Amino acid sequence: MNRFAALLDRMSYEAGRNAKIRLMADYFRSTPDPERGLALAALTGALSFANAKPGVVRTLIAERADPVLFEMSYDYVGDLSETVALMWPRPEGARPHAPLLSEIVHGLSTFSKVSLPRHLADWLDGLDETGRWALLKLITGSMRVGASARLAKTAVASLGQGLTEVTPDEVELVWPGLEPPYEELFAWVEGRGPRPETSNPAPFRPVMLAHAIEETDFTALDPADFRAEWKWDGIRVQAVAGTGPDGARVVRLYSRTGEDISDAFPDMAEAIAFDGAMDGELLIVRDGRVEPFNVLQQRLNRKTVTVKMLAEFPAHIRAYDLLVDGADDLRGEPFATRRARLEALVARLHTPRIDLSPMVPFSTWEALTTARRDPASAGAGADAGAVEGVMIKRADSLYLPGRPKGPWWKWKRDPHTVDAVLMYAQRGHGKRSSFYSDYTFGVWTIGDEGEDVLVPVGKAYFGFTDEELKQIDAFVRRATINRFGPVREVVHEKDEGLVLEVAFEGLARSTRHRSGIAMRFPRIARLRWDKPPGEADRLETLEALLG
Amino acid sequence: MRPEDLLCPSPKGLYSPAGDFYVDPTRAVPRAVITHGHSDHARAGHAHVLATRETLDIMALRMGPGFAGATQALAYGAEIILNGVKVSLHPAGHVLGSAQVRLEKDGLVIVVSGDYKDAADPTCAPFEPIRCHVFVSEATFGLPVFRHPPAAGEVDKLLASVRIFPERTHIVGAYSLGKAQRMMALIRRAGHDAPIYVHGALTNITDYYESCGMDFGEILPVKGAPKSAFAGAIVIAPPSSMTDLWARRFADPITCFASGWMRVRARARQRGVELPLVVSDHADWDGLCASIRATGCEELWVTHGAEDALVHWAHTRQLRARPLHMVGYGEEDEEAVVVAPEGEAPPP
Ligand SMILES: [Zn+2]
Ligand SMILES: [Zn+2]
Repeated sequence: MNRFAALLDRMSYEAGRNAKIRLMADYFRSTPDPERGLALAALTGALSFANAKPGVVRTLIAERADPVLFEMSYDYVGDLSETVALMWPRPEGARPHAPLLSEIVHGLSTFSKVSLPRHLADWLDGLDETGRWALLKLITGSMRVGASARLAKTAVASLGQGLTEVTPDEVELVWPGLEPPYEELFAWVEGRGPRPETSNPAPFRPVMLAHAIEETDFTALDPADFRAEWKWDGIRVQAVAGTGPDGARVVRLYSRTGEDISDAFPDMAEAIAFDGAMDGELLIVRDGRVEPFNVLQQRLNRKTVTVKMLAEFPAHIRAYDLLVDGADDLRGEPFATRRARLEALVARLHTPRIDLSPMVPFSTWEALTTARRDPASAGAGADAGAVEGVMIKRADSLYLPGRPKGPWWKWKRDPHTVDAVLMYAQRGHGKRSSFYSDYTFGVWTIGDEGEDVLVPVGKAYFGFTDEELKQIDAFVRRATINRFGPVREVVHEKDEGLVLEVAFEGLARSTRHRSGIAMRFPRIARLRWDKPPGEADRLETLEALLG
Repeated sequence: MRPEDLLCPSPKGLYSPAGDFYVDPTRAVPRAVITHGHSDHARAGHAHVLATRETLDIMALRMGPGFAGATQALAYGAEIILNGVKVSLHPAGHVLGSAQVRLEKDGLVIVVSGDYKDAADPTCAPFEPIRCHVFVSEATFGLPVFRHPPAAGEVDKLLASVRIFPERTHIVGAYSLGKAQRMMALIRRAGHDAPIYVHGALTNITDYYESCGMDFGEILPVKGAPKSAFAGAIVIAPPSSMTDLWARRFADPITCFASGWMRVRARARQRGVELPLVVSDHADWDGLCASIRATGCEELWVTHGAEDALVHWAHTRQLRARPLHMVGYGEEDEEAVVVAPEGEAPPP
């Protein structure tokens, strides 16, 4: 448990993706089975314990600690698990004894509700502060160390470097048939055993991704070789169904990273009435019309799915590829062939929940440019609001997992931009901790007294070059008018301050923000040193975009 | 004699009416006894200063040779009479030369701890509990959540990270007097013998520690070293330098910070630390409680820090205790921090 706790502790402070992979790989490499496999289960969210609840922790600390000291401590630390982990008083004479992760996992799944608190107290007595923190995180199910399941699997795959060269996608392929502690998986990756057999009739297939196309790429491409379709602003899913050896029908909905999201969309299960694997976009469709992303988001953010929500936000798949049709794996077939099979399947399914993503006809790149600029007149009609660009796919492209360069391109619509004024800057983390790199910016609106005031509309920490970061940082240090810990307020008057051209993908109404709006993916597009802040945009301009 | 006649709080710091001298005064006074060289305890401008030889040397290094009108060195355990008050200095285990001040008159004994820690530290003499009637304690880490693990384990964490990321620079933030040298000693004890690079602000104190007989192996200045030297290297720097332009010379660094405050995640996150090292030069909660008990004191006075929790604890032990609410003391170099919630702009 100590080693696993040390890993979680370190990862909780690490922001870098590659660094996290290396930390996990180092742990997997130096920890024996079955401990490392259980850690992998914990990291991928494959563990949950019915009898272990946060309330148990509160009761335990109340029995052990002085209530005044507990309150003072909780007040200071701000997090219950952390407070308990740190202040847990080890009884006189109790010796440090860290239980194994496997003992804990076994105990948590077998102890009764009545005996659990006693065992938990014993473990807490034996562990140190970090160990107790990790144990309490495990119990309360709040193991947010920022590692997705995909990242953990990538770390497992990296164990095969120089040995088996198993890729993350291959791990993903066998994953659905595996159970903790994943010994056969480690054996395979490390070259000590065969590839695990997957008995899952509805496995996830690693998805094929597109590169962003640049204007300069087009000259080398012949439009006759390509097909185009709309790029929908939903979430990419893979709908998979099959029949198990026992005759049971299995239906799964996976996210593009292979997370099983079936439970969140029970309304799709019935419509997936085929054996195979379909690639498409999950959207909310009401009265035959695709709703914008922020409507879908309202459903995504909920923990439990209510009947009311199912009725209010009906899920829909707009299909654009077919990977497996019955017993036929189509991934080795060209796109045109797969598309024909997909069209036939969707026609056969005949359900209002699944339809085809239409092809966008074009014969020249100019024609496609026009279609992309105005999807409504190019076939998207009333759904144009949910179009975020076009996908360009070679007609002969095979379905290759990962992001091969050449066969598929994405060409996003130009983002919206707004000229906003820098108001606050905060120091970044890690590599950027010596730079003010997180920016809060605002636009003008009418204040209480009828005067023009700036209201914050968003925060951005991407989009600038290293050189621009240095320039903004220097400006922040020079123009500071107030400090709040790591945050600096910079001068933002009509004739003095820095205007940022901020690009963003969309807007939604929000009660959490003083401006009443929330921006999607804001990033710094340009620094407008030339523009006086008084000429920056107004809130009314943004409100008009909301429609 | 009442304790207040031997020692009492005053606007300039702790004052002995009987002996007519101050302990760690925050303003210039005619006669001062100084516990240690940190800037919140040792200030310039006193007419007469009594301290250990090391503390006097450190004060001269940091403030210049004319920091006081006259100085007098007193060895640990030696006694001196000041206006009828018997004064002696005893190891506080905080930094090199740090001392507790023992005052005695008419059979009444008061001990002023200054800053102290009971944990082992290879760079200074270990804390000695002194029996007394009144113990004057700090409470920097006076909350039960502050439990400092063995420092060797924290250094192991650092070295494990150096092993996993051999191409990156590990910048360790550490206060320039005491913490930095303790980290050097611990890193060497853990068997790491590559050169350690240091910020210019650390060199003269480190040289002084070495002149007192400590061996830190190869310590090199960052300034003037080729960029290539920093790959895989450990760099020790004062915490304030880690967020300024100085830190930009290192490619893809890992920011580490050695401090007792790193025990609490929010504090570490707030500073953007990627590898917090819980290494403190103050006693943790258990250390405070154990040290107070070891003095056998009848009364506890708490100078600065989280006084309320420690006073509450003393009361639950039937020990008379009171907070002195002394101002002007705190971790030197500690940046004033105000929590700005993530994702929200602070109030304009
Ligand atoms: Zn100090
Ligand atoms: Zn101090």
